[in-house]
Amino acid sequence: MSAYVPVHQGPGFAARIKDALAVAMLSLMLGIPMIGLHTVDSGGALSIATRWPWLALFVGIMFGGRLAMQFALDHFKLNKARRAQKRPAVRATRPWLKWLGYAVLGFSLVLPIAFSGNRYVVDTATTVLIYVMLGWGLNVVVGLAGLLDLGYVAFYAVGAYTYGLLSTHFGWGFWQTLPVAGALAATFGIILGWPTLRLRGDYLAIVTLGFGEIIRLILVNWTDFSGGPNGIGQIPRPTFFGLPFSPDTDTPTFATFFHIEYAAEHRVIFLYYVILALALLTNLFVSRLRKLPVGIAWEAVREDEVACKALGMNVTNIKLSAFAIGAMLGGFAGVFFAARQGFISPESFVFSESATILAIVVLGGMGSQLGVVVAAILLVLLPELGRDFSEYRMLLFGAAMILIMVWRPGGLIASREPTVKLNKGAQA
Amino acid sequence: MSQTILQYHGVHAHYGAIHALRGVDLTVNQGEIVTLIGANGAGKSTLMMTLFGKPVASAGKIEYRGDDITRTPTHKISRQGLALVPEGRRIFARMTVLENLQMGGCFSDPQHHAADLQRIFGMFPILEQRLQQRAGTLSGGEQQMLAIGRALMSRPQLLLLDEPSLGLAPLYIKQVFRIIRELNERDGMTILLVEQNAHHALNVAHRGYVLQHGEIVLTGSGEELLASEEVRAAYLEGSSEAA
Repeated sequence: MSAYVPVHQGPGFAARIKDALAVAMLSLMLGIPMIGLHTVDSGGALSIATRWPWLALFVGIMFGGRLAMQFALDHFKLNKARRAQKRPAVRATRPWLKWLGYAVLGFSLVLPIAFSGNRYVVDTATTVLIYVMLGWGLNVVVGLAGLLDLGYVAFYAVGAYTYGLLSTHFGWGFWQTLPVAGALAATFGIILGWPTLRLRGDYLAIVTLGFGEIIRLILVNWTDFSGGPNGIGQIPRPTFFGLPFSPDTDTPTFATFFHIEYAAEHRVIFLYYVILALALLTNLFVSRLRKLPVGIAWEAVREDEVACKALGMNVTNIKLSAFAIGAMLGGFAGVFFAARQGFISPESFVFSESATILAIVVLGGMGSQLGVVVAAILLVLLPELGRDFSEYRMLLFGAAMILIMVWRPGGLIASREPTVKLNKGAQA
Repeated sequence: MSQTILQYHGVHAHYGAIHALRGVDLTVNQGEIVTLIGANGAGKSTLMMTLFGKPVASAGKIEYRGDDITRTPTHKISRQGLALVPEGRRIFARMTVLENLQMGGCFSDPQHHAADLQRIFGMFPILEQRLQQRAGTLSGGEQQMLAIGRALMSRPQLLLLDEPSLGLAPLYIKQVFRIIRELNERDGMTILLVEQNAHHALNVAHRGYVLQHGEIVLTGSGEELLASEEVRAAYLEGSSEAA
């Protein structure tokens, strides 16, 4: 297995020149009207002038650029194939990944202290954590069970509106609503899962996409219920065991209880730790599940449904449980989102949110917990860092995503951790 | 032989308008190797899959240990001591060999798992060496061993093999049939074997059925079928030297 097999070298030099000439021809044809000719305003009338040197330069750049790009790609592919051949069949577990995980965890614990006073950093980190949690939730459905869900934001919305409505109408608190919203989102997950059990891949994606839109459209149009496009405002913020984060001193507040001076940051930091705790619980929950029969069954269903049935597994229940658990986690994140924003409207639950969450899962490496964290950080931070580039921001963002997928087609952390490991004594 | 373990009574099956099985009667007794041979599209796999309700028999009755299982849901059937090694192996490619084997034993008593694993490693030493490897990186023959091993993890009373020699190198084909014989002789396992490789299948089987256009056209002991003119002409021409 380890014998070196010569790797295909790609087309020869002549073929590359030919290819580049074709590109040059194409750019010449496109370039004549776009660069070669231009209109000049000569005394009120338009006349056409030529600029052939520019055109020649353009065609030359295209020719050279194409050559360079093809050589770079060849080189890249060759190196990749060589590396793949050298890779042993059983991958050594990578301890640094574990340490990276601990480092990220440690950093996330001290982040509000390290950046205390910088509200922007803590706020952005909170957003990252919401996406991490959503990513971990969707990872159950897409990464583990292999069910492509394009409407995940629907469950996020169910969670958010559950809290929004229960708190404004019935005065429910954050912690009270959390389990109810989770259960409700899970129910919606089963409602979505049931009719789509026989669908896979593209077909499933379309139905889930539709489901996400249905929920959003209901929220937009059912004004009596959801406030329609105006959304729900003045949603109460979570309290610290009943102590609100507010400046007034008539009733005991967080600040008065601990005899510290009131500061607006307290709530921001508190919210950060709430989502951090929720996300960590999610992670613990999902990684435990993955090692249980139900989790391994999710992966088995992803790999081969027929084989699962032949082994006596109830594929229906396995898929529904994946939908329900993924949806429940999305619902939790939704409750937090509503509590943090204080205001929700259907605008927050559009398709592009689903796409972002899915991108986090795919970019991170399907099924990888740490990959989701890295991808969520990237996807939230890249547009933030790109703010200086104003309108080119999304262009840079898109280019970065494409580059990552070219560099690591399986996601940032593509290797799959086995659910069972051998005890060292049993195997030489 | 002794007790009947599986019985088809005039089973019909349809795929839409296609009439794939036209009244099949078939019996498998305890401790037997029964083989079902036939050309491509004769209905061999359909016959085996109707047992699992995929497709559900449109007429007739299938009895397993005296119970009518014609309309029992798939996952419940496989928990009653039947194990299928599906056509094309269908292993879980991105999971490790060990995980694949574990999935096979997910409805058997966990107390037996260690012993069952050892038994399977005894039969397929290669699996023990590859335990932590992703199943998709195994060779075709090794994958077939894994598929058989996975099925055996459920401690089946009846093992169903759908074209286990498909796409394998001659050396592996020999090994597969040796294992089949071994399972039967040593463990007394009842086996229903669907094969295109008629020569090997009939050699190893106690009894055989020949399926043609969804009907059983011939039945007899393995030797009888091997010797019969029709079988020789239709299924063994030019393939007997493969042994």
